[in-house]
Amino acid sequence: MIASIGLEVHVQLRTNTKMFCGCPNRYGGEPNTHVCPVCLGYPGALPVINAEAVRLTVMTGLLLGCRINLKNKFDRKNYFYPDQAKNYQISQYDQPLCEGGQLEIQLKDRAKIIRITRIHLEEDVAKNTHFGDGSGIDFNRAGTPLMEIVTEPDMDNEDEAFAFLTALKQILAYADISDCNLEQGNIRCDINTSVRPTRESPLGTKVEIKNMNTFRGAHRALAHEIQRQIREVQRGRAIPQETRRWDDDAGVSSSMRTKEYAHDYRYFPEPDLLPVELTQTQVDTWAALLPERPPERRERMVRDYGIPDYDAGVLAADRAIADYFEKAARLSGKGKAVSNWMMSEMMRLLTATGQEIGAVKITPEALAALVALVEAKTINQPAAKEVFAVLFEQGGDPQQIVQDRGLVQVSDTGAIQGLVDQVLRENERSVQDYRSGKEAALQFLVGQVMRISKGKANPQLARELLLKAIGS
Amino acid sequence: MAELTQLTLHETLDALARGTCSSEDVTRAYLDRIAAVDDRIGAFLHLDRDQALADARAADARRKAGQGGRLLGVPLAMKDVLNVKGQPCTCGSQILKGYVAPYDATAVARLRAEGAVIMGRLNMDEFAMGSSNENSSYHPVRNPYDLGRVPGGSSGGSAAAVAADEITASLGSDTGGSIRQPASFCGVVGVKPSYGRVSRYGLTAFASSLDQIGPFTKEVADAALLTEVMSGGDPLDSTSVPGPAPELLATMKQGIRGFRIGLPKEYFQGGMDAATEALVRAAVKQLEALGAEPVEISLPHTEYAIATYYIIATAEASANLARFDGVRYGNRIAGVDPIDMYEKTRSAGFGNEVKRRIILGTYVLSSGYYDAYYKKAQKVRALIRRDFDEAFKTCQAIVTPATPSAAFGFGEKTGDPLQMYLSDIFTVTTNLAGICGMSVPCGFAGGTLPVGLQILGPAFREDNMFRVAHAYEQATAWRGKRPPLAVDAGRTGA
Repeated sequence: MIASIGLEVHVQLRTNTKMFCGCPNRYGGEPNTHVCPVCLGYPGALPVINAEAVRLTVMTGLLLGCRINLKNKFDRKNYFYPDQAKNYQISQYDQPLCEGGQLEIQLKDRAKIIRITRIHLEEDVAKNTHFGDGSGIDFNRAGTPLMEIVTEPDMDNEDEAFAFLTALKQILAYADISDCNLEQGNIRCDINTSVRPTRESPLGTKVEIKNMNTFRGAHRALAHEIQRQIREVQRGRAIPQETRRWDDDAGVSSSMRTKEYAHDYRYFPEPDLLPVELTQTQVDTWAALLPERPPERRERMVRDYGIPDYDAGVLAADRAIADYFEKAARLSGKGKAVSNWMMSEMMRLLTATGQEIGAVKITPEALAALVALVEAKTINQPAAKEVFAVLFEQGGDPQQIVQDRGLVQVSDTGAIQGLVDQVLRENERSVQDYRSGKEAALQFLVGQVMRISKGKANPQLARELLLKAIGS
Repeated sequence: MAELTQLTLHETLDALARGTCSSEDVTRAYLDRIAAVDDRIGAFLHLDRDQALADARAADARRKAGQGGRLLGVPLAMKDVLNVKGQPCTCGSQILKGYVAPYDATAVARLRAEGAVIMGRLNMDEFAMGSSNENSSYHPVRNPYDLGRVPGGSSGGSAAAVAADEITASLGSDTGGSIRQPASFCGVVGVKPSYGRVSRYGLTAFASSLDQIGPFTKEVADAALLTEVMSGGDPLDSTSVPGPAPELLATMKQGIRGFRIGLPKEYFQGGMDAATEALVRAAVKQLEALGAEPVEISLPHTEYAIATYYIIATAEASANLARFDGVRYGNRIAGVDPIDMYEKTRSAGFGNEVKRRIILGTYVLSSGYYDAYYKKAQKVRALIRRDFDEAFKTCQAIVTPATPSAAFGFGEKTGDPLQMYLSDIFTVTTNLAGICGMSVPCGFAGGTLPVGLQILGPAFREDNMFRVAHAYEQATAWRGKRPPLAVDAGRTGA
């Protein structure tokens, strides 16, 4: 059996104001404080299109290679639900902003193209909260610009769907289209899945799973749903067309409604808004401002800085990290060394402290200066790590830190010779071991020199002098 | 000097400017007049006497301080469909009982900015659905010329209040004739500006692509002034047309010599009563005498107008009225779950005509019927618009009766909704085409019941329409006629 997966991804756009009114588009706040007659659906209030939301949707379309419909329009989608102020949602039905397009995803062994059907713009709904004795509705979220990206059923399994969501998020974050904060519900998706015997068979009956808030949840729900459908078919049962709800804690899905109870949304053109008319010139202007996409940036960083493809992929995945890296790499002229710091200490400390690259105290200038100190052999690697840790925690100037902490590497042959002599005296056993063929003993001796120098000795030099004294 | 309540808006402004009376005097005079006659008329749904007087005193203070305003100190009343901050806005419905508007409609804000005193809420057919005011969920409005007859609808309260001297001017809304038809029935001037001319922000929507706000006044010049003040683009209404308000007061006196006046042949092929036809034909003769040239025109798709209108208007209404669910404001009847609450709230909150139209509108938008009804209606609408585009190539304005007959009696048409809908036959096409139209008094059927002459202009050519209306008004004696109610002395002394 083969599964076919299509996604409808809802993305909250990063705008100052809501989709159809001047209320701030901001997460949180006291309930019902970012509201006005428009987003509360008061009598007589009228929507006005947020031009920035249109621009961000067009940018997304351009990044995904879509056709931009210069003429498009908004429609009313009618259904009653308490989180909807007007009991209709202003959305785009048959003339969306963007159509066609594709996104390439990286699988273990190859890349795969996932086709985009369309991208349209709509308004988010309010948030319902249920208490013991009733329910509350917070309209702060109501009217947030919401972009819906619909794919073709091109994904074969949960891993591909996960890869798609990840790649999409990367691009959206890159172009500042959305904050892409999953905890705040910036990206949610509905999943359509069906199964069929072979790739040649027509698509099976699709089942929709609504409102997935996390990519991992979507992955789990899909894994479960595909297996459920395969089992049903193998038992000779038909898959009914239905909408299901996924319970991530219990790890099971349950039916919400079947086809007979599907909504008739009675779409019709929104009479309160004029059709949107864009000009090609306007779209071209926006296109010229598109950021480089992650895959292209990765390739370019390999070329420009001579770093491994893997490293470039990791760094390019996040625009802020890539920007940081490129700035430090350009300042220092040592891309590979900067990349090593980024891939090791920086990533480790970011993860450990939960910080964002944009908020770290170590500046790209400081990192470049640190690399220069190592290159000039002013400090050795252990000392550099110490300096990095200090910079990460407190910021400051690496040169100053090296001086304050007395970390300048000792490269004076006379001084190190003294230390080498002392170590040889105190570790005759290891000298014997080395001479009898135990290579590891040499490393131990170097370590001893470093220890009594309090880490400041140039390890390269210490090694040379040790070898000279005990070597053949 | 005539009584304050008999003055036109311009005469009131003159009196205020000359200092012969204060805004408080005028406001008090109207409050007294309302107290004296409105139990018979039923035009007002709500009146805050103290607030009105306080606002009037504020206007007087403003004048004393040397501040201006084109409407400074003039009391105006609003159809109960327009949001005025701090006032109720029930739209004549039980479902909005208790709702207090938190903001001003743009049109209202513009009147206020010019110093108007906004007082009182005027009765109407529930959610502007009706042609007789019999659909108000509170109480009917009576025609000041004959208390046994309807004032027209849906802005019946707005028309009757002006006719009965309860206010010098008022605002109404017109979706398919809701200003022009009651203006005609009550013998006052009523204007529906071109779609997009006056911002709809703050006008509780019935049918968004058809609704317009407009004034009721005692003379054409007053309507021109109010239209000027309210017009002009509004960033809060995307369908309002950007740009400044038209100059109507300055242009309306230019006369109509050489104007070609179109008479749609389809409107004069039976379907209107003899008295109305005679008055309209006399009015056409009058326009001819003023130098205009009547020309026959054709509006071939007229016969589809009512069907088209009732599909588009109800479709839009079915969505527009969905927000009245008891969740955020207005009446709520508790239920076991949200759906139950909606059903109970809406069943109790809406009257029969509103329910009929919501059901009709829901039906025409439903899957499988959309193409046959809504989509086809949009196509016919385009043809109706083209009819007018063609017609206006050969004339500057079109003249028709506003209604097929003068005011009818209570209960006469309530049993047959289709008969009621057909009374809109001469007015709905204007809204479908988005052009402007107005009704000016042109005489009395049987000598007692007012009849209105409808004047239509091309979209955004209110100036043409006002030139015809003003020239006609100045040449005839209908202005200043008032219903017998006005001389009813029985109440004041003996």
